[in-house]
Amino acid sequence: MATNDNLVEVEDLYMYFPVTAGVMRRKIGDVKAVDGVSFNIKKGETLGLVGESGCGKTTTGRCILRLYEPTGGKVTFEKQDLTALNQRNLRSIRKNMQLVFQDPYASLDPRMTAGDIIGEPMLVHQLVSGKEYKGQVDELFRLVQLEPYMADRYPHEFSGGQRQRLGIARALATRPSLIVCDEPVSALDVSIQTQIITLLMRLRQELGLTYLFIAHDLSVVRYISDRVAVMYLGRIVEVTNSDELYDNPLHPYTQALLSAVPIPDPVVDRQRKRVLLAGDVPSPVNPPSGCTFHPRCHQAIDICKEQSPEFRDIGSEHWVSCHRV
Amino acid sequence: MKAVNNLSYHVNKGESVGVVGESACGKSVSALSILRLIPYPPGIIVGGEVIFKEQDLLKVNENEMRKIRGNEIAMVFQEPSTSLNPVLSVRTQLAEALELHRDIEKKAATEEAIKLLKLVGIPDAEKRVTDYPYQFSGGMQQRIMLAMALSCNPDLIIADEPTTSVDVTVQAQLLELVDNLRAQFGAAVIMITHNLGIVARYVDRVNVMYAGRLVETAPTDEIYGAPKHPYTIGLIGSVPRLDLPRDRDLYVIPGLPPHLARLPSGCSFNPRCAYTIDRCHQETPELEQIGEDHLSACFRSGEMTELLEKERVA
Repeated sequence: MATNDNLVEVEDLYMYFPVTAGVMRRKIGDVKAVDGVSFNIKKGETLGLVGESGCGKTTTGRCILRLYEPTGGKVTFEKQDLTALNQRNLRSIRKNMQLVFQDPYASLDPRMTAGDIIGEPMLVHQLVSGKEYKGQVDELFRLVQLEPYMADRYPHEFSGGQRQRLGIARALATRPSLIVCDEPVSALDVSIQTQIITLLMRLRQELGLTYLFIAHDLSVVRYISDRVAVMYLGRIVEVTNSDELYDNPLHPYTQALLSAVPIPDPVVDRQRKRVLLAGDVPSPVNPPSGCTFHPRCHQAIDICKEQSPEFRDIGSEHWVSCHRV
Repeated sequence: MKAVNNLSYHVNKGESVGVVGESACGKSVSALSILRLIPYPPGIIVGGEVIFKEQDLLKVNENEMRKIRGNEIAMVFQEPSTSLNPVLSVRTQLAEALELHRDIEKKAATEEAIKLLKLVGIPDAEKRVTDYPYQFSGGMQQRIMLAMALSCNPDLIIADEPTTSVDVTVQAQLLELVDNLRAQFGAAVIMITHNLGIVARYVDRVNVMYAGRLVETAPTDEIYGAPKHPYTIGLIGSVPRLDLPRDRDLYVIPGLPPHLARLPSGCSFNPRCAYTIDRCHQETPELEQIGEDHLSACFRSGEMTELLEKERVA
């Protein structure tokens, strides 16, 4: 799997969170948030990660940055095994990977000025001298289309879209190669979403960034990503390039997910095939046997209840995990 | 602050109307005003009329209003987990409306509640009717809200962002359900949402709101096929679509929606609009008929087709 142009390689990643009960905090089970996930991200590529809430997409993103200690598996970033690094080496490599959060209201310290928020990462990693500092912060403001004179303001003085721009500028401060964007637009209004998406795409081109773009909105993910991975209950069920995803989705869950997104054009939408899923997503504490999707799958046969399907390449880098394909 | 300003629209019997717009454009306030649910103070309905079945709801007294709320007009709120009472069982909450409006016995009300839960697709309804809201998932809670809204067989259901807090596959289930029930019971629906896809799929007619005003209204096919207000055009062009090539450029509406207490002079949309002329800064455009059943509040709506054509050629 290790070809030269992979920036990130994830192999068999597991992240279980213990469920405890009683005064003694006895362990009674695990939340299998990420349950054997493998993928890689090429340099300069944007990989989209979609799925419904609780499917483990955010946990996957955080495991890659080693903000969680994975239960099992290996994450390679810039040829280094992150899971084996000690704290000191981890710290120095962390500046090359940054995170943009979902909620621009909660992810900025309300008591710091915008300038300090954006400048702090550079100081922590000792990337600038005192003389250059102000100029670099101004430059970052301009990069995300904010005015440098706003540096003395506090987060509450900015609108939601502007705050998300601050979050992006902070992520860019350490000149990272990888940015994990965790639902960066879902808290924003439609017209502001488009502004941020366009900004992220421009920055990617100008700075040669690689993104892991986590979101639940398939139309947004498909638009910004080169390839898309679909997650369900802690596992990746399908990975393919963004065009193929819409033209030829193979996993029944991907098909249902696509059909659940109405197209904002009534004439086109009326002609689409509808696949409606029954029921809710099962609990990741006690996932169904075999293929975890089988209780909701309209194509399920006996083998789906017993055997977990293999994740395989069916040609031209289209990976899918389903017995019926 | 004028949260809703000079808004007029109508909903026919059995029709479903979508109200779209960004946050704080007055979508929810306008819906709450229909039911006179705006807290006073600070909110006050300064003027206008809300005619429901030939009766002005703004003129009836509070007693009569109570007979209408939940009975003839029902509301489904955005966040089921905060709208349902956490300390009362689902049975109690469903039966409350039934006992109040339909004057039936407790036992009959329980049976009716079970029937309603079955109708909205809650499995094992007989057992689950005594459960409390926290024992249900978000999607199930929204189904319960829907059952409550349907309980008195209303003529109008107002759904305020009914699916923003649930996942897409559950959203599809809920909206299909609302659509089927509408067909079955013949209730009219006002669907308030910011999601243009939902509107395209589920409503007959679309009202687009911006900064407290209605800026465009037309049947669904018309509004997506031939939008005439620059805001509507921008909004439709700004969302990524699954079916279109990925290299398509999205239309970016610059700037932010204005603060309602500090509206720009003239047309509220003028600072963000690509088609402004001098007049837009001085006068506020009123809604004008620009086609059969199509109204738009823009001075340039009449020439919009040519303007867009010119742009496309360029």
